[in-house]
Amino acid sequence: MLSRRIIPCLDVRDGKVVKGVRFRDHVVVGEIVDLALRFRDEGADELVFYDISASPDGRSVDVGWVERVGRELDIPFCVAGGIRSVAAARAVLYAGADKISINSPALERPGLIDELAAAFGVQCVVVGVDSLRDADGEWRVRQYSGEPRRTLASTRRTLDWIVEAQERGAGEIVLNCMGSDGVRHGYDLEQLRAARAICRVPLVASGGAGTPDHFLAAFTDADVDGALAASVFHSGEIAIPALKQWLRSQRVEIRP
Amino acid sequence: MSVVLVDSGGANIGSLRYALQRLGVDAQMTEEATAIRAATHVILPGVGAAAAGMARLRELALVDVLRALTQPVLGVCLGMQLLCTHSDEGDVDCLGIIDAPVRRMPGGEGLRVPHMGWNRVQACAPDPLLQADAADGWAYFVHGYAVPECGATLATSEHGVAFSAVIGHGNFFGVQYHPERSAELGAAVLRNFLAL
Repeated sequence: MLSRRIIPCLDVRDGKVVKGVRFRDHVVVGEIVDLALRFRDEGADELVFYDISASPDGRSVDVGWVERVGRELDIPFCVAGGIRSVAAARAVLYAGADKISINSPALERPGLIDELAAAFGVQCVVVGVDSLRDADGEWRVRQYSGEPRRTLASTRRTLDWIVEAQERGAGEIVLNCMGSDGVRHGYDLEQLRAARAICRVPLVASGGAGTPDHFLAAFTDADVDGALAASVFHSGEIAIPALKQWLRSQRVEIRP
Repeated sequence: MSVVLVDSGGANIGSLRYALQRLGVDAQMTEEATAIRAATHVILPGVGAAAAGMARLRELALVDVLRALTQPVLGVCLGMQLLCTHSDEGDVDCLGIIDAPVRRMPGGEGLRVPHMGWNRVQACAPDPLLQADAADGWAYFVHGYAVPECGATLATSEHGVAFSAVIGHGNFFGVQYHPERSAELGAAVLRNFLAL
């Protein structure tokens, strides 16, 4: 049986791993390869690297660090940030990434999803969705969320976008619930359940993990395939081996 | 020992090369028939669609070259599927080296396709490829099509139904999972392959 994935997320900015709270005030937390190997040794199932500086600057990912990670790491990893063409995606995949995740560029030009799926297969194509609930109660997507000054609200409803992304060829959806990101009050289960209901490809929860219970709830209440977190893993507040052992004791299918 | 990675256009070639380097083997990437024939071990990687993979092998005139190999050959992911007779993906004839079809994985309630993530692998037939740490454990899969259980199945995994995680016939082997991303089990199967 397929296991549920525990996915530490490393936000990368200018070649270093950083973490902000509610997407702001980033501080450097360490070197990319060192942290990647630490998480691998602790039992992470997969790693996601978000190059949060790439998209707003119109730059693409620096493949140098992707290659360094690819040489050392023997678990899968996904790279996100500023990939806006098939050529840029190819560079990242050939440098060793298993998947590429696109977010802002897919909102700018949804056809990019189709192009990437045709070139590399849907299994390589992850669509990241940054979502926030508006005053009218609707969840809508946000663009350029790596840079608060440039973050754009979109008229796209989050659930509509998830449906469209799958139709175009997304092989996985990472739903980042911005309202709960970095504050550790738990994943946004209501939003994740709504997304799950319309998502037939793997769905990864992001934003809000603070305790082992939050992971359990995401897997059992929202039926997500993976749970992504950053700060609780970087701080050591949640140790991955203990988390995985506990989830197994709660009868969640987890790789030891 | 001289190990070659057939440059079949798959994006995981680099990752496989690094995985072999971690085992102390520097594999050459090649699309040359001469180099492939001369190698002691041949790895056929592959990511993407079956039709594109076969088109590439035809374009490089490697179809008959691969069929005629007598040294150990390992197909990885799509590379494994290309060793089979026919793929549902694009309704395309494959190399026909291993007598098994490639079928679309059935999705369904709680069963997401592509099958993406870590799943349990269990050996079901004794084989040198699956000795020791490579027999049972967890492997990383990313695929939407699979080889059903058949006479060539050496190890199985399950996603709704059982499917072939590892197949073998004579000197030809295939692994559906990504050994380069399957931590200890992946390293073990590559190590065993290199020892064949």
